Amino acid sequence: MGEIIVITSGKGGVGKTTAAANIGAGLALRGYKAALVDADIGLRNLDVVLGLENRIVYDLVDVAHGHCRLKQALIKDKRFEGLHLLPAAQTKDKTAVKPEQMREICLQLSEEFDYVIIDCPAGIEQGFRNAVAGAEKAIVITTPEVSAVRDADRVIGLLEAAELREPKLVINRLRPKMVRQGNMMNIEDIIDILAVDLLGVIPEDEKIIVTTNKGDPVIQDERSLSGEAFRNITRRILGEPVPLMDLERNGNFFLRLRRMVGLG
Amino acid sequence: MLDFLTRLLKRHCGGSKDLAKERLRLVLVHDRANISPELLQLLKDDLVRTISRYMEIDEKGLEVTLDTSDNAVALVASIPVRRVKRAVKMASV
Repeated sequence: MGEIIVITSGKGGVGKTTAAANIGAGLALRGYKAALVDADIGLRNLDVVLGLENRIVYDLVDVAHGHCRLKQALIKDKRFEGLHLLPAAQTKDKTAVKPEQMREICLQLSEEFDYVIIDCPAGIEQGFRNAVAGAEKAIVITTPEVSAVRDADRVIGLLEAAELREPKLVINRLRPKMVRQGNMMNIEDIIDILAVDLLGVIPEDEKIIVTTNKGDPVIQDERSLSGEAFRNITRRILGEPVPLMDLERNGNFFLRLRRMVGLG
Repeated sequence: MLDFLTRLLKRHCGGSKDLAKERLRLVLVHDRANISPELLQLLKDDLVRTISRYMEIDEKGLEVTLDTSDNAVALVASIPVRRVKRAVKMASV
């Protein structure tokens, strides 16, 4: 039986879909069978982030309503051996699927896959309830902003109420320079407020925009910091203890000099 | 030179992130305790009314906050007392 993990955040636009795509690809690159489930019915995007938008025939709602078999709706990603996507429907809404149906689909997937990763929609309504219904573990994504952290706190409370205890936190879009200047909350600040375990930190990276434009997960990019951050997150999900990376590895000479003399 | 020093000091005193953290901390206390600022004000008013029957208090100096540690929430009230009324007639109130 595979592990069923939901990726959620409360607030929209913090990087749930990007994280789902990269973690799924990362697990596949490590040799595991991973199924990505887009639970954002009506606003699907995991397909386009992964570059699989032209290959959709059936979707999650078709499976839930018995219009097709689960296998028929799964899209095989040819770039990543072992990665499959179950796309959301685009023309329906969140009420098209019930939590029990979601639970059944996830359970069925976990029989065949090592990991089932659910991309949760923003919000805390029916779409959220559907997405968490079948999950055994949760990853909460936030950015270092008051609105995102507040929503993450609310979601952590709701996850606990849904018996999904000890969610792991991913901090996305951290800007080391702003942290250094004291103008952005740092990792410790956010952990201190949310009181959860950290799974990883992803620095703000223009590469994410470029790779998403192409429909290629950034995790394949050996040279990008965000790609490395996602590779580390994948390894931690697999149980490897990986230390946090130096987010300013590419810092230039003047930056290092400033820090040496205590100005940074 | 002085300008340079103040800028340096300002940097070390922390920029806007301290404000962000403090505001978040406060807003989460309310979020988690599920008590709105309006409700807290009503509670304050009630506290003032009740305590004023026994002693004279400084309403302006009154501070009522919800304190969270781990998963527990504590109501902490700091109420400056000006004068305690004589206890003789209080029993019947």
